[in-house]
Amino acid sequence: MTKITLEVNGKKVSKEVPDHTLLSVFLRDNLNLTGTHVGCDTSQCGACVVHVNGKSIKSCSTLAADVEGSKVTTIEGLAKDGKLHPMQAAFKKTHGLQCGYCTPGMVMSAVDLLQTKKNPSDQEIREWLEGNICRCTGYQNIVAAVKEAATKM
Amino acid sequence: MASLVGSRVERKEDTRFLQGKGRYTADINIANQTYAVFVRSPHARAKIKSVDTSKALKSSGVVGVLTGKEIAEDKIGGLIAGWAIRSEDGSEMKVPANPPLAKDVANFVGEPIAVVFAETLDEAKEGAEKVKVDYKVLKAVVDPAEAMKSDAIHDGVDKNLCYDWLLGDRKAVDEAFAKADKVIKVDLINNRLVPNAMEPRACVVDYNTASEEITLYTTSQNPHLSRLVMSAFGGVAPENKLRVVAPDVGGGFGSKINVYNEEIVCSWASKKIERPIKWVAERTESFLTDTHGRDHVTHAELAVTNDGKFLGFKNETIANLGAYARVFGTVTPTYLFGPCATGVYVIPAAYSNVKAVYTNTAPVDAYRGAGRPEATYTIERLVEKAAMELGMDKTEIRMKNFPTQFPFKQTLVHTVDSGDYVAGLEKAKQMADYAGFEARRKKSEANGKLRGIGVSSYFEACGIAPSAAVMSLGCGVGLWESAEVRFNPTGQISVFTGAHSHGQSHDTTFAQIAADELGVPMENIDVVHGDTDKGTFGMGTYGSRSLTVGGIAIVNACKKIVAKGKRVAAKMLEVNEDEIEFKDGEFVALKSNKKKTIGEVAFACYLPGQRDEMKSPIPEGDEPGLIESSFFDPANFSFPAGSHICEVEIDPDTGNVKVEKYTAVDDFGRIVNPMIVEGQVHGGIAQGIGQALHENTQYDETGQLMTASYMDYTMPRADNFPEFNLGFTCTHATSNPLGVKGCGEAGAIASPPTVMNAVIDALGGQEISMPATAEKVWKACKAMKKSNAKAA
Repeated sequence: MTKITLEVNGKKVSKEVPDHTLLSVFLRDNLNLTGTHVGCDTSQCGACVVHVNGKSIKSCSTLAADVEGSKVTTIEGLAKDGKLHPMQAAFKKTHGLQCGYCTPGMVMSAVDLLQTKKNPSDQEIREWLEGNICRCTGYQNIVAAVKEAATKM
Repeated sequence: MASLVGSRVERKEDTRFLQGKGRYTADINIANQTYAVFVRSPHARAKIKSVDTSKALKSSGVVGVLTGKEIAEDKIGGLIAGWAIRSEDGSEMKVPANPPLAKDVANFVGEPIAVVFAETLDEAKEGAEKVKVDYKVLKAVVDPAEAMKSDAIHDGVDKNLCYDWLLGDRKAVDEAFAKADKVIKVDLINNRLVPNAMEPRACVVDYNTASEEITLYTTSQNPHLSRLVMSAFGGVAPENKLRVVAPDVGGGFGSKINVYNEEIVCSWASKKIERPIKWVAERTESFLTDTHGRDHVTHAELAVTNDGKFLGFKNETIANLGAYARVFGTVTPTYLFGPCATGVYVIPAAYSNVKAVYTNTAPVDAYRGAGRPEATYTIERLVEKAAMELGMDKTEIRMKNFPTQFPFKQTLVHTVDSGDYVAGLEKAKQMADYAGFEARRKKSEANGKLRGIGVSSYFEACGIAPSAAVMSLGCGVGLWESAEVRFNPTGQISVFTGAHSHGQSHDTTFAQIAADELGVPMENIDVVHGDTDKGTFGMGTYGSRSLTVGGIAIVNACKKIVAKGKRVAAKMLEVNEDEIEFKDGEFVALKSNKKKTIGEVAFACYLPGQRDEMKSPIPEGDEPGLIESSFFDPANFSFPAGSHICEVEIDPDTGNVKVEKYTAVDDFGRIVNPMIVEGQVHGGIAQGIGQALHENTQYDETGQLMTASYMDYTMPRADNFPEFNLGFTCTHATSNPLGVKGCGEAGAIASPPTVMNAVIDALGGQEISMPATAEKVWKACKAMKKSNAKAA
């Protein structure tokens, strides 16, 4: 067992877990933050993307112990004071989600894109999101959402 | 009040999904739950000689181990085929038993043999490792084209043949072909696909020892149907002791229609071990055991005249059912396929012959479009090839054979109520700048690239119903849909539907419909679905049926609310009922202009009296309360149609195919929410392009699935697509009062032939099979270079 201490969505948390606990499992099972989803177990689909110290990572292939002491932001920590983050609002406006399963990872990944590049082109958005699979939308409205959010962020 | 139907209303469900507040099955935990891990066959075909659970039972944390023996002893029934199909010779289809846990023989890799329950997931996994199964491995039947010549894998199923089905008239077709100037032929493989909803299947079961009720939370497209099957065929529990909840479900695409082994086993076992059970599939388990889609081997012919008139069509198909026949497994390659195989054309004579075979692969069932993509691929490849061989323009040959009168009695089964196929294709041509293609082709050529254009026109029969029709064709249940509208005393409204949303946006679109009918803001309306303890019975969501069947049940229930409201308002306003008009949420007495809002009327229905006076607003013959329900069974299917045009550019040095332009023009009748419909079309096109260019399910000759993760199975990504260009035409459906047609599957039906026609056009007519991967296309480019050099 290992004691893991993190700052998750602005709150300090500390839990004793088996050494091999993945960050996705830690968030979902130990902290009950079930917004982070697991879709593939092989680091391909990106439903599990969260931010660690501000950068997007795939939590299904990261050991919780490896990010000990880090600041983690999950989809639950994005909205502030009851107001959707501009990326969340943009996904709603452009119908960038359908079943909602890939959405948390997609949004977290897209937020990191705009932190990295302010006004990405369509092609840059599509290439950045290569690590996030969506089966519902055909990606068109997700691209539209990122462009919409870029005007607000 | 402006109509909400037709508006781009933002989705109600998004607020929770976008904040991680969705509640999917795997998010549910129950105190004291155990974790289930299934022991699965590593062989495609094997006799199970023995199963030894003794070591597993002693493993740390293991609570129980159950096998096929115990489930058979408890007489728990297996999985079922939902449609009975008859062969051409009149014999009934052959369906093998499909036990929830295989006892004597395993028939595909991944088939569950035993299940281990433990205190933690890790302990359950360790326990499962310790279950010893002694197999005698048998030679697997994998290739559907060879199945009829191979060993029979099921007792009593000769030649592995489930049925040999015929729709149409062979003699009339022979006569038509005798008159043809030319016969166009194609040999096609409709590649096997894995639906791959992003949420893996899961179930959580809670058995209440006091009430003896089982609650099953599961990833289902149709919870009521699951309960019915588990109760009537599985014998797991009586329907009133089995509650099935499908909470937020992360996509289905057909793969979550079936009741699966794991749901039956965990429900049965929870009662046996008297503990809650949680099971969540890993992605590879989903690949191995979710129902797959397509998998046809087809030879088809089209008889034509020299001026491009179609005279006759025939189609000989071998359809792979996989190891077992499941709910829509047997109907997908027959009545969902054959009738649509003549496409949007007047073809005087036609037949489809389908031989459905069993193989040692995962069961094949409905996948977005189910039968209709296979049908459209068949006819649209033929039509495009006919244009090429006759030297005709590919849109001209289509126009020439479109029906122009509606209702259109289609060759084999359907009477299509409405449509305008010419308008759709004209609009698509204009939007795609079809006329400007040759200039673009030359430009690509100048850059060393090959450019092709492909067209496909489709219609499909969806909105699956009506009950009398589908049951006459062999369906085991009626396919109506139900709704209940509950007006609560203080004005909020709950709309219960038997349809299920797993991405289709019912929270929003159904609220739009009800808001318009009742004249109330849609914020006052909550759409409730997915729980057999809430609302009436329902048949669920598949076959683009939710709006055209379920939506209409909501409309009809709302109309009953208004009708009762009128009677009550008349009494309250002391006028005759026929003097009341309902408009924008108000009942108005026409002469006096006195009004009661629908909220006031609802309130009065629940509080029917007043102080100091014996007076009720409820008319004689009516009852208090304001709750109405409706079961809607339409008179016909709905028939969306359209034309899609695609342009691809091929790099002959790498074989890479780039979709440069994609134009879709669809007729879905009246549209409730254009934003949501566009989203459905985008998603469908993307899945179809996936089938055409990227996705393939590959078994090796021993029946091992070679594409069982996202490392091996190509899921389309954002950078595989251009921006799709969408347009709409509109002819109202006549089979429902809203005039709506289904829109969920159209994109996946139209796009594979559109893309493949473009690829083949770029390759100068060289046939190539789906998926047109870079390797295949590169080889075709090389062959083309060689033959061009020879010609020169």
